[in-house]
Amino acid sequence: MSVLIREAAFEPWTELAAYERSRFPARGGFGACASFVGTMRDLNEGDSVAAMTLEHYPGMTERHLQAICAEAQARWALLDTLVIHRVGRLAPGDPIVLVAAWSAHRAEAFTACRHIMEDLKSKAPFWKKETTADGERWVAHNTAGVAVERARES
Amino acid sequence: MNQPLVHAALIRVRLFAALADARGWRERELPLAPDMTVQAVWTAATGEPALPARVLCARNMDYCGPDTRVAPGDEIAFFPPVTGGAP
Repeated sequence: MSVLIREAAFEPWTELAAYERSRFPARGGFGACASFVGTMRDLNEGDSVAAMTLEHYPGMTERHLQAICAEAQARWALLDTLVIHRVGRLAPGDPIVLVAAWSAHRAEAFTACRHIMEDLKSKAPFWKKETTADGERWVAHNTAGVAVERARES
Repeated sequence: MNQPLVHAALIRVRLFAALADARGWRERELPLAPDMTVQAVWTAATGEPALPARVLCARNMDYCGPDTRVAPGDEIAFFPPVTGGAP
């Protein structure tokens, strides 16, 4: 299980291949790997976006991403998980996030990869600030996840 | 031993993203008041009586509610809803 927060741009497929080689040195050690890559778009809410700055809460981010992956590994029969997330200034086309899950069979890898990504979106403390022709703006229509709302009510 | 009877217990308050930009600060220390809740920390730190409805709170990097009690040395953070985006 690995969670990495990066300021520098990363190439997800190179990272995925390198991680897989290091974690599964024996060939044939897993039957399935499902991965997701989120990429920065150049358009949001009808406006052209030139750049984006991703702020986060250092420490809390890693802690929640590790908890999300640990929960997934406890819930499904996974062999490993990997999350890499960018922070700082991004350009359109930059990969923002890579999520990967390895398992013996495809069902667990597909389900866990989707679940980790959705959980990340609702719980991990990231905030987007976009640079458009009109200046900078915080992306305000973000939705707090169900888990977060539940924590607030408790 | 010459120990003071009353320690000036401090807490750390942090704001993120739009909340920090709007108020012009990101981090400050405050003295802990008796029976202080997260809601009371917000008011003491910002001077604003009400915690805005959509603001999220965390105590020592775990999500919490506004009625959560605060302890010496705690880090209390306030921030906007996290990046959900379209599914």
